[in-house]
Amino acid sequence: MAEFFSMGGYGAYIWPSYAMTAIILAALLLASIRELKSTEAMFERLKAQVAPNKNKNNNKETPDGDEA
Amino acid sequence: MHRFANPTRFLKIAAFIQPWMAGLTVLLFAVGLYMSFFTAPPDYQQGESVRIMYVHVPAAWMGMFCYAAMALASAVALIWKHPLADVAAKATAPVGAAFTFLSLATGSLWGKPMWGTWWVWDARLTSMLILFFLYIGYMALQGAFDDRARGAKASAVLALVGAVNLPIIKFSVDWWNTLHQPASVIKMGGPSIHPDMLWPLLVMAVAFKTYYVWVLLVRIRQELTANKVRILRLKQIHGG
Repeated sequence: MAEFFSMGGYGAYIWPSYAMTAIILAALLLASIRELKSTEAMFERLKAQVAPNKNKNNNKETPDGDEA
Repeated sequence: MHRFANPTRFLKIAAFIQPWMAGLTVLLFAVGLYMSFFTAPPDYQQGESVRIMYVHVPAAWMGMFCYAAMALASAVALIWKHPLADVAAKATAPVGAAFTFLSLATGSLWGKPMWGTWWVWDARLTSMLILFFLYIGYMALQGAFDDRARGAKASAVLALVGAVNLPIIKFSVDWWNTLHQPASVIKMGGPSIHPDMLWPLLVMAVAFKTYYVWVLLVRIRQELTANKVRILRLKQIHGG
C-alpha cells in the first residue's frame, strides 16, 4: 500500500497532479450546476410576478404567440 | 445544423443528453483512472512519473480543442449571427481555461522530476501560457462593455485572432529546440507509443471530452435561462 502511494518516489508529483485535476474539474462542474439552478429559480420567480399582468393584457392585446 | 440553432429546441435536446454525458463521464473516468494506475506500465526511462501523462496530455488537448471550438463558434456568431453560437463560445471559455491551466500545472509537476525545473521559457510552454491568457482576455473583454452585444462582438474577434496560436502550439516542438518531447500520438505514421500506455491515455482523453460536453450543456442552459430572465425584467419595467 505504502509502495503504491510512493509511486517509485514520484508520489509527491503524481498525486498533486491528479488531486488538482479532480478538484478543479469538480469545482467548475458544481459551480456551473449551482449557477444554472439559481438562474432557473430566479426565472420562475420573475415569471410568477410578470404572469398576472400578462393575463390581464392578453384580453385586450394580441396573444403572445410563440415563446421564442 | 439549423434545427439545433433554435434555443427552445436546443434546451429540450440538452436536457435529454445531459444525464447520458454525466453517466458516461463518471464511467470513463473510473475506467481511465483504473487503467492509468493499475494496467499502464511504468516508463522504462521515466519510471512511475509517466502516469502524470494521463491527465497532462488530455488537459492540453482539451485546452486546444476548446479554443478551436470557441473560435469556430465566434466565427459563426460574427458571420451568421446564430443565436446559439455566441452562447456556446461564451460557455466554452472557462472550461478551456481550466483545461489549459491544468496542462500547465501538471506539466510543471512533471517537469520538476524529469527536466529538473518547474518551468522553462521555451516555445511549447510559452505558447500554452499565451493560450491561457487568451482565455482570460476573452472572458474579461466580454464583461468590459455596458452593451452586451459589443462585448460579445469584441471578444469574438479576439477569439478569432488568437486562433493563430493553435498551430504555433502544435508545431512548436518541431520548429524550435525545446525540452518538451515531440508528438508521439497525433503524428504522421501513427502513434509511436505502446498500446498499454496509449489505451489509458485515449480513455482519459474521451473522459475529458464528455466532461466538457456535460459542463458545456449546463453552462449553455444557464446562459439561455439568464437571457429569458433579462427579457422578463424588461417586460416588468415596461409593463409596471
